[in-house]
Amino acid sequence: MTLVDNARRGRRSIFARRPFFTLALVVAVGYVLAAIFAPFVAPYDPVAQDFNAMMQPPSGAHPMGTDSYGQDILSRVIFGARYALIIGFFAVAIGAIGGLIVGLAAGLSGGWAEWALLRLIDSILALPSLILAVAFIAILGQGVDKVVIAVGLSMIGPFARTVRADVLQVRVQLFVEAAGLMAIPRAVIIWRHILPNVIYPLAVQVTIRISEAILVSSSLSFLGIGVTPPTPDWGLMIAEGRAFVSFAAWMSAMPGFALALLLIALSIVGDGIREEFDPKLRGKS
Amino acid sequence: MPTPPRPVFELKDVEKVFQVRKPGQRFGRKTVGLRALDGVRLSVEQGASLALVGESGSGKSTLLRVLLGLDAPTDGQARYRGRPIRAVRDEGADFARDVAMVYQDARGSLNPRMTVGALIAEPLRRFAVVPAPEIGARVATLLTRVGLPADAAGRYPAALSGGQVRRVAIARALASDPSVLVADEAVSGLDVSTQAQLLTLLRRLQQDMGLTLVFITHDLGVASFLCEQIAIMYLGRIVETGPTDAVLTSPAHPYTAALRDAAPKFFEPIAEPLPGEIPSPLDLPSGCRFSGRCPRVQPDCHARDPHLARSRTRSVTRSVACLHPLAPVDGAGPVAPANPGPAPEQTRPD
Repeated sequence: MTLVDNARRGRRSIFARRPFFTLALVVAVGYVLAAIFAPFVAPYDPVAQDFNAMMQPPSGAHPMGTDSYGQDILSRVIFGARYALIIGFFAVAIGAIGGLIVGLAAGLSGGWAEWALLRLIDSILALPSLILAVAFIAILGQGVDKVVIAVGLSMIGPFARTVRADVLQVRVQLFVEAAGLMAIPRAVIIWRHILPNVIYPLAVQVTIRISEAILVSSSLSFLGIGVTPPTPDWGLMIAEGRAFVSFAAWMSAMPGFALALLLIALSIVGDGIREEFDPKLRGKS
Repeated sequence: MPTPPRPVFELKDVEKVFQVRKPGQRFGRKTVGLRALDGVRLSVEQGASLALVGESGSGKSTLLRVLLGLDAPTDGQARYRGRPIRAVRDEGADFARDVAMVYQDARGSLNPRMTVGALIAEPLRRFAVVPAPEIGARVATLLTRVGLPADAAGRYPAALSGGQVRRVAIARALASDPSVLVADEAVSGLDVSTQAQLLTLLRRLQQDMGLTLVFITHDLGVASFLCEQIAIMYLGRIVETGPTDAVLTSPAHPYTAALRDAAPKFFEPIAEPLPGEIPSPLDLPSGCRFSGRCPRVQPDCHARDPHLARSRTRSVTRSVACLHPLAPVDGAGPVAPANPGPAPEQTRPD
């Protein structure tokens, strides 16, 4: 029996070996499906206001209740998943691609270029991503696309740092020197030997950081500087319900619960993927 | 300039000094030179097989890096077929194609994200050894030649055992049809049967393809099996060279004798090891660098540093750096050279 078979078998049984991972994956996939098919799943229009049904507690007609405008919270939560996932995905994509470029450049160049890039990364890292995103929003303005850019830019720092660390580790490996001995051009060495060994850890980072991006974007909306009302965004909904939290707690609690559940699910999925595919954690085989 | 054919590798008084921080100074910026190689003279002829033997820290790997053009010598000349190695390497792919390397850490020298097939195909493609459609067939041929099944091409190095990974590394080194194979401890750390298989393989390849072989090892048995010439290194200098059989049966340098006696033999107690550790190259003893550990040390050994010179009491093909070389063993006396080629060593004209 070869190890290839082993690996294949391991992949098949990962769901059996990691019940929490499986559960979290089901939840995350459920969110994604609900987001994609939101118009079909949601019982109401997320922005339809019904002044006859304002601030109703959860009931048969409105399973999560209604808010102060009479909008159905369940529908808004479902549509909110759309925004949360879109923002999370594209923001991380911007951060990962930007981080890959900056990190590769910093790790492979030397001298003043590396120094300059490192100081750039440090300056991005010096501020928490939320503060940085606030600063970018202040420059860019509000809106979903602006939030994506702001959150994405603020995540370049951490991505670049990990990519550079991986590049420093990979570029001194023997197989890179061996490729140099074969007179393989430097660009090809980077593309064929360094990049693949950096991309995998980066992909793992991406799965972990999507939840952070969603959290930051929700925080922006909560602060009232992210997406604009009446977009059904979770952070916005939590902020709107804040004034009524003493007698209509469901208005903030339902989107908050949806947000927390998604973040936990994504973190568990990310951790599971990392433990499964990161050779450093896999132990010596 | 020597007359053609020129030696494949020719080192003349090569020195390699690394600048290291002064020991004991954690914050200081003062550096001192560490002589990893101190006046190495060596010449490897076309088709020869040379074993470089020495303890850890004797400069074997540094010498290898100089031979491959990875490090430039600080002083002296390192030539490849008559031209400076660094210049030849910078010129283009010819040197890279002609001189192949098998690393000690074979697994580390193979990209873990590439299949065995892709790894072996890389040099084939780089040097356009065969036309693109024939690459798959050539990979299979190379795998067969090193004794691996052809279906190994689809696997990743992580799925292979230590011995198999060495074979892949050897197949990859042979892919470019090199004329020189440089191997760093290519069989150490393997179990004996795998070692024997690989050694037989290397010897067959060397005979079939007419490879020039430079083989670093600390195993005298391996050296005597695979290589006709041997060079014993101690503290950055070659202390004795000559035909392997002659050197091992009748060592002229006390260090060679000590190395030979230190190898475990059947039914015999292990000989008394050499006293002390190999000294730090930062703090060389005065006179002969082996004087501190030499069992036959004499007063003038602490005063004069012997140079590698043709052995007076033995055949012309042997050189030794010792003021008081051992007498030839009876019966092993002046040994006729195993191969009629010139000595692997050029002696100082003094």
